Amino acid sequence: MYNAGKIIIGIIIFLALILFPVLYNAGKTATPPKLEVGTQEKQCVEPIAYMKSSHMQLLDTWRDEVVRNGKREYISSTGKKFDMSLQNTCTKCHVKKDQFCDRCHNYVDASPKCWDCHIAPPEKQAAPQEKQARRSND
Amino acid sequence: MLEKALTGNRSYFGWVAVLLIILAIGFLNYLKQLGYGLGITGMSRDVSWGLYIGQFTFLVGVAASAVMLVLPYYLHNYKVFGKITLLGEFLAVASVTMCLSFIIVDLGQPSRAFNVLLHPTPNSVLFWDMVVLNGYLFLNIVIGWTVLAAERKGAPPPRWVKPLIYISIPWAVSIHTVTAFLYAGLPGRGFWLTAVMAPRFLGSAFASGPALLILFCMFLRKYTKFDAGWEAIQTLAKIVTYAMIISVFFVLCELFTVYYSQIPEHMSHFNYIFWGLHGHGNLQPWMWTSAILAFVAIGLLINPKTRNNEKTLPIACAAAFIALWIEKGGILVITGYTPSPLETITEYHPTAPEVSITLGVWALGILILTILYKVALSVKEQSVEIPH
Amino acid sequence: MENTRRRFLQIAGLSVLGFGARPVLDAVAQSNQAQYMPGPNALVGKRWAMVVDQKKCLKAKDHCKDCVDACHRVHNVPTFDNPKDEVKWIWLTAYDHAFPGEENKYAEDYIKDSLKGLPFPVLCNHCDNPPCVRVCPVKATFRREDGIVMMDYHRCIGCRFCMAACPYGARSLNWRDPRPFIKTELNREFPTRCRGVVEKCNFCFERLSKGLKPACVEACKDKGLVFGDMEDPNSEVRELLRKNPTIRRKPQLGTNPQVYYIL
Repeated sequence: MYNAGKIIIGIIIFLALILFPVLYNAGKTATPPKLEVGTQEKQCVEPIAYMKSSHMQLLDTWRDEVVRNGKREYISSTGKKFDMSLQNTCTKCHVKKDQFCDRCHNYVDASPKCWDCHIAPPEKQAAPQEKQARRSND
Repeated sequence: MLEKALTGNRSYFGWVAVLLIILAIGFLNYLKQLGYGLGITGMSRDVSWGLYIGQFTFLVGVAASAVMLVLPYYLHNYKVFGKITLLGEFLAVASVTMCLSFIIVDLGQPSRAFNVLLHPTPNSVLFWDMVVLNGYLFLNIVIGWTVLAAERKGAPPPRWVKPLIYISIPWAVSIHTVTAFLYAGLPGRGFWLTAVMAPRFLGSAFASGPALLILFCMFLRKYTKFDAGWEAIQTLAKIVTYAMIISVFFVLCELFTVYYSQIPEHMSHFNYIFWGLHGHGNLQPWMWTSAILAFVAIGLLINPKTRNNEKTLPIACAAAFIALWIEKGGILVITGYTPSPLETITEYHPTAPEVSITLGVWALGILILTILYKVALSVKEQSVEIPH
Repeated sequence: MENTRRRFLQIAGLSVLGFGARPVLDAVAQSNQAQYMPGPNALVGKRWAMVVDQKKCLKAKDHCKDCVDACHRVHNVPTFDNPKDEVKWIWLTAYDHAFPGEENKYAEDYIKDSLKGLPFPVLCNHCDNPPCVRVCPVKATFRREDGIVMMDYHRCIGCRFCMAACPYGARSLNWRDPRPFIKTELNREFPTRCRGVVEKCNFCFERLSKGLKPACVEACKDKGLVFGDMEDPNSEVRELLRKNPTIRRKPQLGTNPQVYYIL
């Protein structure tokens, strides 16, 4: 072929760039992070397996039901009732956002925008009377 | 054919470099705006649309003006426009791209822009604006490129292009009718609530677009081998003349309705731009400049001697373009908000980042136009035009 | 079987259907298990509205802003330094700004003397025929069955068409990130908003769903703000409308606003 030298070198450089992430991490095992659940409660809103796989969908549904359909209460498959609120219900148990939510999200490189508006639980156990004017998380 | 844009003389590349620099500075300021928020502009709670939407409004008209070349050539066989319909179509492509870019930079949450597609809302005029603008962009890209490619091969364009061309004619009218409807259907804004808003948009479109095209044609005549033909330029000039007269007539009609009926909700906005209101009047110099330039343009264009003159025609076209750019690109939008529905006045001053982003979008559009025109002219220089 | 292309495509099509069946079954399986209900103590109404009794406002001292402060505190409304970035859900304004066109030098004695020239609270009117809802391209603002004109901050793209459409200037965009400018104590039960979305009074729908009255109504010491269901003939708001002449802001525009003022 014409310009065979340049083309073959180009292909090699291309392959090196594309395969770099694979080669760099070859041999290393990725360990999922250990999460501090934040509470002694054994039962979440739904069974834990479901929450692990689908908490995003659950929150999306809650969002639409509260904002768009005027609902407030969620009767889960376990029969218990919950107020559909990320910052009032979920964070009642999961009090340490950086040790629970953020650890997994950082591991899978997910950056949900929820906390731009929804108020995360305070980082330290501060007194409720304290004035909190916090920067958003982006 | 795009490779033809990669060759050129020093002035061509110098021009492209200047545009890229302005574009880059505008882009950096846009990143700043993304970080800070729209508060970096001069817009406020009372004047919530400003330079960005104003420029979008003006450019929609420029984009629609392609129809002023397409309609005579394809519907009425006016062969004189044969060489330049493509220039009009490419101008439409560049203008609509600028329109869409101005909308994107104006959004408070641009990452959610696809919500307009995910949650279509037919009762919202903005939804239809998105539909017609994107449709028009697609039409003009396909038509322009196909016709040019056919010209390059020395063959007539494929038959399926014809229906697209015919569709593009009412579609062009639709883009600025829909944009006018953004304003003309809002009950709380007396300045915009007029049936003559869409006709005004049409009038100013058919004056500003062809005026710009005349300036382009005269520039290309002087500095390149492309000659659109003096007859084509003269016909365009007559179109600009009549469109300018109609535009000014519409504004005079507005003035009559507003000042004869004496309804404060409608009158107060005109008072603000012409005479100032309650001590506020930062739009006055702009309004009077626009008015004077419009009459200068009409004066030069009505007189056949000055319309036919190679020195005065570009002055008339520039005056018309600038007059309409001031009026549609700035005054129309801001005055709708001044005074507010509670009859308070908040004046609007664009900020430096806002102006820089605006210039960046203009640079993007002009860059696209430069590239497309370079390709078109390179092809036309080497080809024989086949009437179709 | 024949090994033709047609056969291959038929089998491929069936396989795709087969693969698609599982997610459909999963989705259907979930929906039977969960249920969504309104709040157990929620106030229920068919057409929420508010009556502002301006005469009652006189009893509070001048410069009273209890309704405004309560609303802005409960909803984490920011207070920006630059007036052009202002965000407000409810505020107090003079007669000729609340009712432009009504002012008249012969008739202004009543406003100046009997109403002591005190300002009027103005807020979103939760119109029955809202132009803001008509123009929103993504249905981020929408009208609920019970009349409340809601904002979905998750969907808003910040185009500000609703701000142009509102004839009452009731809406504010967050021109900047509001969090650093929340000067009141953060209410942890209600979210803040992010930059780039439009906000306005929401008739305290989150409080209604818990059986509470709107914050401004509760905060007014003189009971000058009355909230209720217009479709309920026995409600306080209907009673007030029966006994008092009322005016609304710009009714001639056809928006059918649901905030009534007793002068």
